Amino acid sequence: MSAVLQTAATSPLLEVEDLQVSFGSHRAVRGVSFAVAPGETLALVGESGCGKSTTALSLLRLLPANARVSGRIRFGGRELQSLDEAALRGVRGNEISMIFQEPMTSLNPVLSIGEQVTEVLRRHQGLNRWTARARAIQLLDRVRIPEPQRRIDDFPHQLSGGQRQRVMIAIAMACQPRLLIADEPTTALDVTVQAQILELLRELGREFSTSLLLITHDLGVVGQWADRVAVMVGGEIVEAAPTGQIFSAPRHDYTRGLLGASLRLDSSLHCRSARLPEVRVVAGAGGPPRYLLETRALAAAPAPLPDAAQPPLLSVQELRTVYRGAPGGGEVAAVDGVSFDIRPGETLGLVGESGCGKSTLSKTLLRLLKPASGRIVLDGTDIAALDERQLRPYRGRIQMVFQDPYGSLNPRHTVFDMLDAALRVHGVDSRDERRRRIVSIIDRVGLPAGAVQRYAHEFSGGQRQRIGLARALVLRPRLVICDEPVSSLDVSVRAQILNLLAELKDEFQLATLFISHDLSVVKYMADRVLVMHGGRIVEEGDGQSLWERPQHPYTQTLIRAVPNPRFDAIPSRIAG
Amino acid sequence: MSFVPPFDSDSLGDAAAPTWRSLLRRHLLRGRGAAPSAAHSATWPVLGALLRDPAAIVGLVLLLALLGVALAADWIRPGDPLDIVSAPLLRPFTDPAYPLGTDQLGRDIAAGLVHGARVSLLVGMTAAGVGVSLGTLIGATAGYFGGRVDAVLNWLIEIFQTTPSFLLVVVIVSITQSSLEVIAVVIGLTTWETVARLIRAQFRALLSSDFVLAARSIGFGHRWIIVREILPNALPPVVVTASVMVASAILMESSLAFLGVGDPNKVSWGSMIGGGRDMLRSAWYLTVIPGLALVATVFSLNLIGDALIEAMNPRLRGRVVP
Repeated sequence: MSAVLQTAATSPLLEVEDLQVSFGSHRAVRGVSFAVAPGETLALVGESGCGKSTTALSLLRLLPANARVSGRIRFGGRELQSLDEAALRGVRGNEISMIFQEPMTSLNPVLSIGEQVTEVLRRHQGLNRWTARARAIQLLDRVRIPEPQRRIDDFPHQLSGGQRQRVMIAIAMACQPRLLIADEPTTALDVTVQAQILELLRELGREFSTSLLLITHDLGVVGQWADRVAVMVGGEIVEAAPTGQIFSAPRHDYTRGLLGASLRLDSSLHCRSARLPEVRVVAGAGGPPRYLLETRALAAAPAPLPDAAQPPLLSVQELRTVYRGAPGGGEVAAVDGVSFDIRPGETLGLVGESGCGKSTLSKTLLRLLKPASGRIVLDGTDIAALDERQLRPYRGRIQMVFQDPYGSLNPRHTVFDMLDAALRVHGVDSRDERRRRIVSIIDRVGLPAGAVQRYAHEFSGGQRQRIGLARALVLRPRLVICDEPVSSLDVSVRAQILNLLAELKDEFQLATLFISHDLSVVKYMADRVLVMHGGRIVEEGDGQSLWERPQHPYTQTLIRAVPNPRFDAIPSRIAG
Repeated sequence: MSFVPPFDSDSLGDAAAPTWRSLLRRHLLRGRGAAPSAAHSATWPVLGALLRDPAAIVGLVLLLALLGVALAADWIRPGDPLDIVSAPLLRPFTDPAYPLGTDQLGRDIAAGLVHGARVSLLVGMTAAGVGVSLGTLIGATAGYFGGRVDAVLNWLIEIFQTTPSFLLVVVIVSITQSSLEVIAVVIGLTTWETVARLIRAQFRALLSSDFVLAARSIGFGHRWIIVREILPNALPPVVVTASVMVASAILMESSLAFLGVGDPNKVSWGSMIGGGRDMLRSAWYLTVIPGLALVATVFSLNLIGDALIEAMNPRLRGRVVP
């Protein structure tokens, strides 16, 4: 079942009809049809593995050789699927260009950015070296690279992530293409940079009247920037409509599920008072799968906030962690005089952008790094200066849940071995006792009992994150540090993991340090919030007032940069 | 499996839908040790991929045949291959008792060949074994502990890396006794640095991976983290290198024997080639026959090494089985 989009009054720029892509027996895209009008922004939204990137890559025939593609792709009156390779090369980068998610790897590290921009101009527009260079400087200026005359000879590693993505945009826009395909263009970027990049894309789109095919998983981005939305799942487009309609009156169950499961900064949900709705997929008998949106009730009455008079479980005082060997020979303080308390049972949110020191802080609290100065008082003992042997009894009390569900589990161990070894090193000598605790925690994090005999790579991302939770909780810690625990998960899985985390927090009376760059997630989870910038805590506030009345300019910038759908209750669109 | 459920459903088999993206991701994650395949043990998919590769099958068959010959040497050609058994310089295929002929002293070439196979394989495996163990130990220590330990060990690695290892072997073997065992160990002692550098680099990379951080935060000791967490993930490139090390150790032993500094009491392919070189014009088969055996052995090991590189690379393996 695939919805054919209503074409606009003008003839569409790109028209895709019944596109099918398969890899061997796996059908990645199953009969997708859509159209993009001139100057329009169409968002292709879906979760990982839904076929949205495959769709984009198949338009320009960029898929690996084992892909079989069928269907019609009409672009500006030409049938792209019947063009030969040479003719298609004239289209790529010239009339249709692409930008990708990872600005780190999509630029060639051994060529200067100037060479990479002029390359396109010389290939497609036949400019000579000097005019191409002059044009490249203009383009870099246009995408707001500071001092383009000087930076043009820089190499990719000398630029920040956001600047690299700007260079990618400059390359993509060099020939003033009629269609720009942006595959998750801002997923790897910080929220403030994301806002700037999306704003730039819109501006350039208007200026060159370029259509934009925006491929993303982020509904906030879609709601703010797209004209129309096509929702993809399982290789099919299940719903396509103007953005407003998708947000205010979604027709398909899956769309409703996605919207329900995603968090918004303008909602007031909190994990102490409400669970997030979860999307469940029900395989239909013979027919297409159905999607159900269900919200579980709280197990008990809303959990009260922890008593403010209680002594803190963890007290961090003037903590400083430095890295030596910085360029210039000095040292850099990644964590620079940080102080805060966490009370038993409390969830402390920590927000900040990449490089602000939040990961260094969590590693220092776990004593994977040795602080330069300051105190880390856990249950009345300062663990900042203990050596590895003295630390061992305290190790079980602070545990960590990592961001990357693929990298945080050793691929050579079964789940059972992983948990068993952890218990053994913490002195649980009875084999039966260890087995009992492993089975109970695996069940508690929602994995089937058979999972213990499997290896990490046999699980999906969400399941791996459950294993990560089990590994952290099997030692019955008092404090769990969650470092971006859901930022590499899809929206629907994210809701499940957040709900699970909220339940476990109540059940095990856990104190949590919840680190994230995603403000809406922190808002849902945290009782109190710290804002970190440049190694320091710039603002601290309770779960409500910080969002409504941010004091520090940096916090205000952060909150303003969060993409919010233009639709629904509060029109909170960013000016500009 | 044709439909990928978009959600994190609890059926466990769904994790490994082979889209090009997941294959790519697995490839990219390989450096951090994420295992490639959907099978339970990490060794079997590698073997499976090897058995689907014609080059690897040729290499394995050749190597197994050589191994069989080496093990059965005393049964195929009993007695000391250095004994004079017949008239000198019998051409091959003239006397059915000595199908490959005899050398200038009347020694059976076939006997030399099969007993030489034993010497070559023994030296190759021992040397590679010594080299891999020593290299792993030093590389792991340097990579894991870093800092001053790393600096000192790195310095040691560089010394061995910059010393011409063959000359070093010749010198050591010349001043000590030139028995086969000594030669094998000395070759191992001079070639460990390749493995050490590989293992050290792997350890440096894996040390900052999340699963190692998790192990440290649980409170595991250094030995556990080195042996159980990092080493299994660091080994694949070493396995590949080891096969090439066996081949180069065999070549090195042959070169030693050719130069006359090998074990005088053992027949080796190198010593046969060395003995026959004066008569290259009149009795070419004295050098060509052991030379071919040497070529076949090294060739088979290189085929296996190349195939291992592909078999252990999940992206390339994905090409074989979609």
